Amino acid sequence: MVRLRNLFAVVMLFGIYSLLSAALFVALDAVDVAFTEAAVGAGISTILMLATLALTNARERSVTRRRALALAICTVTGLVLVSAMVDLPVFGALEAPAHAHVVPRYLLDSYREIGVPNVVTSVLASYRGYDTLGEVTVIFTAGLGVLCVLGAGREPPADDREDG
Amino acid sequence: MEHHLVLRVAAKLLIPPILLFALYVQFHGDFGPGGGFQAGVIFGAGCILYGVVFGVDNLQRVVPAGVVRVLSAAGVLLYAGVGVWSLLSGGNYLDYGVLAADRVHGQHLGIMLVELGVGTTVSAVMIGLFYGFTSLRP
Repeated sequence: MVRLRNLFAVVMLFGIYSLLSAALFVALDAVDVAFTEAAVGAGISTILMLATLALTNARERSVTRRRALALAICTVTGLVLVSAMVDLPVFGALEAPAHAHVVPRYLLDSYREIGVPNVVTSVLASYRGYDTLGEVTVIFTAGLGVLCVLGAGREPPADDREDG
Repeated sequence: MEHHLVLRVAAKLLIPPILLFALYVQFHGDFGPGGGFQAGVIFGAGCILYGVVFGVDNLQRVVPAGVVRVLSAAGVLLYAGVGVWSLLSGGNYLDYGVLAADRVHGQHLGIMLVELGVGTTVSAVMIGLFYGFTSLRP
């Protein structure tokens, strides 16, 4: 088991992990998700975590007390997730529920109804337009909330600014 | 980062293609992979790269914090506004088919507009978060 206390290295590993996940998504033909993962996971969140590191310490404080309860909760949750994974349909299986319900209609009729070759776009923006409106609202309110917590709405005093 | 010459030159070369690629992903999302979310984060990442390498103050000159705040709300308003427009045109909320003379053309128009709204909000929120984190002093 590898344990890192240098948080800078942890952030970098996180970015590499995201980039590898993006490559995995490309391999699974989910290019839209791969775009997002590469730009958000490897790019922006790495920058934000580095900006946070600049405000705090770059080394994790060593924890002497072992937390038995936390370990137990993690183990139980992990076991539940693994046992749920057993029931998942095989990847790409035609009879999987995700491919059975409305998907045939989207794949067969969306070009005639929407006229957009990319089915992902027509599902996301047209068939599921309500969901996407909700998602955009969530992004907006989440950004607003983070900025409120950080207190970023206030203009800094003019002499407090420094260049670069 | 004034002394990192390689970084500055590489960033200068990379930022225009990143922004152009974001616009391509935005407006070609109907035909290829991509769409508003992806274009928004790519555009935001390009701007943030500029801010990281050339300083937040230079980025603030290009995209002032007030503009970012207005744009992040304007994207949601544009999306919801398309819904209201389709209501006023006699259809259901967010039913883009009624926006133009024939349904397929209306769907195209509606999808392009809502994707533009998504991209605007996402990129503005990303840049706004960057401003929020960098405005803090330890």
